Amino acid sequence: MSIIKTEDLTYVYGEKTPFRKVALDNVNIEINEGEVVGVIGHTGSGKSTLIQHFNGLLKPTSGRVLIDGEDFTGDKKKLREVRFKVGLVFQYPEYQLFEETVYKDIAYGPKNMGLSPEQRDARVLESAQLTGLDESLLQKSPFELSGGQKRRAAIAGVMAMDPKVLILDEPASGLDPQGRDRIFEMLRTYHEVKKNTMLIVSHSMEDIVKIADRILVMNEGRVFCFDRTRKVFSRAEELERIGLAVPQVTRVIHRLNAMGFDLGEDVYTVKYAEGQILSRLKAGGEG
Amino acid sequence: MQVFLNADNVRFSYLSDDEPPVKNEVLKGVSLKVEKGEFVAVLGHNGSGKSTLAKCFNAINIPESGTVTVNGMDTKDDSRLLDIRKSAGMVFQNPDNQIVATIVEEDVAFALENLGVEPEEIRKRVDVSLKLVDMYDYRMHAPHKLSGGQKQRVAIAGILAMEPECILLDEPTAMLDPRGRTEVMETIKQLNETKGTTIVLITHYMEEAAQADRVVVIDGGEVMLDGTPKEIFSQVETMKNLGLDVPQVTELVWRLRKDGYDLPADIITEDECVEALAGLMS
Repeated sequence: MSIIKTEDLTYVYGEKTPFRKVALDNVNIEINEGEVVGVIGHTGSGKSTLIQHFNGLLKPTSGRVLIDGEDFTGDKKKLREVRFKVGLVFQYPEYQLFEETVYKDIAYGPKNMGLSPEQRDARVLESAQLTGLDESLLQKSPFELSGGQKRRAAIAGVMAMDPKVLILDEPASGLDPQGRDRIFEMLRTYHEVKKNTMLIVSHSMEDIVKIADRILVMNEGRVFCFDRTRKVFSRAEELERIGLAVPQVTRVIHRLNAMGFDLGEDVYTVKYAEGQILSRLKAGGEG
Repeated sequence: MQVFLNADNVRFSYLSDDEPPVKNEVLKGVSLKVEKGEFVAVLGHNGSGKSTLAKCFNAINIPESGTVTVNGMDTKDDSRLLDIRKSAGMVFQNPDNQIVATIVEEDVAFALENLGVEPEEIRKRVDVSLKLVDMYDYRMHAPHKLSGGQKQRVAIAGILAMEPECILLDEPTAMLDPRGRTEVMETIKQLNETKGTTIVLITHYMEEAAQADRVVVIDGGEVMLDGTPKEIFSQVETMKNLGLDVPQVTELVWRLRKDGYDLPADIITEDECVEALAGLMS
């Protein structure tokens, strides 16, 4: 069964004002339980508006959002459940750290859920481990941590609620290349352990391809495409036309294809490109 | 060539809030000269000291020991502070933190008004600056309604209006989407090429650094590498060990070289890569 489903979801900002803007226009998507979905789109494409519907921060203007098969709109009790079921990590989440210690900050969500101190403790320790935060850091003030550590502590706080769906908005932005790799490695580990559903919003396709099963491309409030990662990259030229940056290596391979070298349309990592070129060189050597 | 920015054996520390404060030395004897008209990219992982160094060139940070001069002016000399800030303007990461006015052109005029520039001259410079960053058509717009890339270009225009000879940019594209990044990079390159503005660009994007004349790598508060983009990025293993990256095309060619194919080691652009690979496979 799909864990997230939208039916003709439409959202309009500033209805009945001169600034009326349709941010989402009849969006119909289904996300399966356990899937990792990358969400990409240019600024203003509607991707942030979309994810804010998934834990009830926004209410559809028309259409429906079903989480775990249930429509929670207008039902306060269900809304509270959805907030625990769908964890949302905003951009630059470290700005939201506020407790005296890292431990208390991570425990904040589980405490609100009404878990016992023992259960909370287990959750905190597990999340710290999943995010690679050393236990010795837990009693420190969040403000003593490095930038990358703060980011991981903030993500751990959401993971500690053990949501069925974890949504992250640009989880690696502002980090250096090593920091970016570490965040994505951490998310992969988390997914392997928890097998839950993850949605990752990012501008960086290089990062998204390392982890996503499927990619949802939003453009001007509509679904531009929603398909297996490889299939999406075979449409590189169209993606560039709607203002998205495809990986450099994809552009190179597509240009070589245009010159008559048949290297495949769906190349999006350096390793894959290397393999395609090698097999072409070897085939050429034998022929 | 004329040296415009000069850091000579610069040491700098931050003090923690602890009691007594703990000293954290961030720059450990950095020497770096930037010539007038150069476009230098500075790379380094978070905490390497690269932003701290940039702030030394704008007299926000004053070295603990060693000297920093901007166009010959010592940043320790308080009486030259205004002149230093006018000759080396700084653009920061978050465009929202740099915009003060509610109309684009008023924002660009803000510094000039504070400097007591004549109103006619202000009008002229604001128009010229906005045209340079291609935001003239938006001069009467509200900044908060612009995209990230547009806001960042307005912030750059605000610096340009002071007619600085040098612009220091601290990860100006980190919070922007791909389109915004391209806009800002185009603006920077154009200023460097047409106006001869000296550019110091701190970035985490290797493809941006590849567009500079020179790349400086900072690690642990010291200059580790300094050379042309080709010289720096061809050292793939060294860069990876420093926690940095190389452009994807460089990595692809590097891998194929390791597989035993004869390709140039210094490929850093898409065009070079396409040409070399086409040659190899033909």
